[in-house]
Amino acid sequence: MVTIGESVVRPASRLRFILDRRDVLGSFLVAPAILYVLLLVGVPFLMALYYSVSAYTIYDPSWSFVGLDNFEDIIDDPVFRQTLYNTFIFTFGSQILGLILGKFGALVLLRRFPGRGFVRAMIILPWAVPIALATVAWQWMFDSLYSVINWTLIALDIVDRSEAPNWLGTPSLAMLSVIVVNAWRFFPFAIVIFLAGITAVPQDVLDAATVDGAGFWRRNYQIIVPMILPIVAIGLVFGIVFTFTDLSIVFLMTMGGPVGATSVLGFQGFQTGIVSGDVSHGAAISLFMVPVLLVVVVAMLRFIRRREI
Amino acid sequence: MAAVLTRDIVKKFADVPAVNGISLGVPDGEFMVLLGPSGCGKTTFLRIICGLEKQTSGEVLIGGEVVNDMPPRARGVAMMFQSYGLYPHFTVRNNIAFPLRTQKVARAEIGRKVEWASQLLGIAHLLERRPRQLSGGERQRVALARALVREPTALLLDEPLSNLDAKLRASARLEIKQFQQRVGVTTIYVTHDQVEAMGMGDRIAVIDRGIVRQVGTPSEIYDDPADRFVATFVGTPPMNIVARNGGYLGFRPENFLPRDMINGEASTEFQFRVDRSEYLGSERIVYGAIEGFDPDQVITAKLPPAHVADEWIRPGEWHAFAVRNSALRNFDKDGKRSSRL
Repeated sequence: MVTIGESVVRPASRLRFILDRRDVLGSFLVAPAILYVLLLVGVPFLMALYYSVSAYTIYDPSWSFVGLDNFEDIIDDPVFRQTLYNTFIFTFGSQILGLILGKFGALVLLRRFPGRGFVRAMIILPWAVPIALATVAWQWMFDSLYSVINWTLIALDIVDRSEAPNWLGTPSLAMLSVIVVNAWRFFPFAIVIFLAGITAVPQDVLDAATVDGAGFWRRNYQIIVPMILPIVAIGLVFGIVFTFTDLSIVFLMTMGGPVGATSVLGFQGFQTGIVSGDVSHGAAISLFMVPVLLVVVVAMLRFIRRREI
Repeated sequence: MAAVLTRDIVKKFADVPAVNGISLGVPDGEFMVLLGPSGCGKTTFLRIICGLEKQTSGEVLIGGEVVNDMPPRARGVAMMFQSYGLYPHFTVRNNIAFPLRTQKVARAEIGRKVEWASQLLGIAHLLERRPRQLSGGERQRVALARALVREPTALLLDEPLSNLDAKLRASARLEIKQFQQRVGVTTIYVTHDQVEAMGMGDRIAVIDRGIVRQVGTPSEIYDDPADRFVATFVGTPPMNIVARNGGYLGFRPENFLPRDMINGEASTEFQFRVDRSEYLGSERIVYGAIEGFDPDQVITAKLPPAHVADEWIRPGEWHAFAVRNSALRNFDKDGKRSSRL
């Protein structure tokens, strides 16, 4: 036997193949996301919890504990109660309007017509356009003097010039306006959700319903809608969470006015906590969203699980 | 229940013809099978009858009435789909009740009819379940109950057994046939499976490339095929076809026998070179070629294993085979049947 060289048996480093282990690699890859959520969501949330039970303001940054006084204060405040009510109206109004627009938009886009691809691409614009730009355009459309909506209504003889609506100046119309703008932003998302759901309904089921004697409405509301309800509910959960916490449209269009008619939780929390510097009350206002959203999300998820088919 | 009649149905999808002029009469109460290879237009034809597809030209008559411009729900036909098309969010009870609800049948009457249909198909114990909780066979029965509950003018079935496993398919075949005989509903059944067609049809319409090649009883289709397509599409293994005198000669593998098995009758003899032999238990399939014809053309013989032992027939050997003259079929150069002899 010829010895060519000493056979060197080096012990393999325990760390060399560590990333081949699924559990280790998994933790390694998911760690940045968890860190991100902990630092940028978890920490601020805990700080908000603490601020809400303290007397902390930016003028008097003392950390004195005041119990639930801040919550009592805001609940006693009629402006806050109005804001809470507004938030519900704003959220559910724009979701319902967005869903209706989404459903019919999806039905239209399912049909074949020349230019369908172009329309499908364009329909996503309200969602893709920066909200500040879009809101400025809407602001002009609702302007008290230069409103193109009013101009059209007057030109069509539907309203008189002297009775032209002051969209952003009348409380109920101002709420309607922000709902319309939010629904306009949300409906492309609803269309995508509905399109995905409807195309997933098997053709055999639709044909069976047609042969069984179901017309357009029955086919839609007894077959298609119940079958796509779980996926629509997921979309709705997202819509509700985003709208309930949103302040951008209100901030850009009405600043909560007139006289607080369009003020929503996110807006009031921002105004009180950041603009006015009353951090503790601002935190208390913002934390009001948590139990409400928790109930909505849990209820929706339970509903979806029950309806799974 | 009603007779279904079609006159010269043509259907084109953007200039591509799917159905090329089918005229077919299905008398009241008949079980008609549309048999053909995939893509021959049989399903399209069925969808035209029920109104899911609009024909390019031609007429559909149900119960003597032209229904060309009627929507499916006005035609009163029921259809059962390949994957059944059950409503996944409804219970079995609501699935069966759905066609009655669309017709605004009274609530008590709906209950009675659902009860009747579910008893008939033996699914009364499944009424509160949802389709995903059912087996393939149970789903099929629910679909059948749903199709029958409103007593349709005609029952259209589109490959209803193709989603079942082989064993279940055999029993479901029997069940559908018995059931149809009991209810007596005019039935049009689409399949590409010749066993289903032969076993179930009162008559079979063989369809190829959008036209009907032959309509007849199973024995007419099998014993007297109208052309080479029908001859080779029906039967496993298919009919042997050899070119002869500018036309074609056809004979079934089971009629191609060793000469000494044919006694007395007038027959035609061939010298058969054995290439390969397969023992299948109940039969032996022998592949080879016959002398005087194209040596590359594979001729098959289906022999009873009890009469032909393994060592009698070996690859490479030549044997004297014969076909009774009564079993020979002649086709002309276009493949059409030219004589009965």
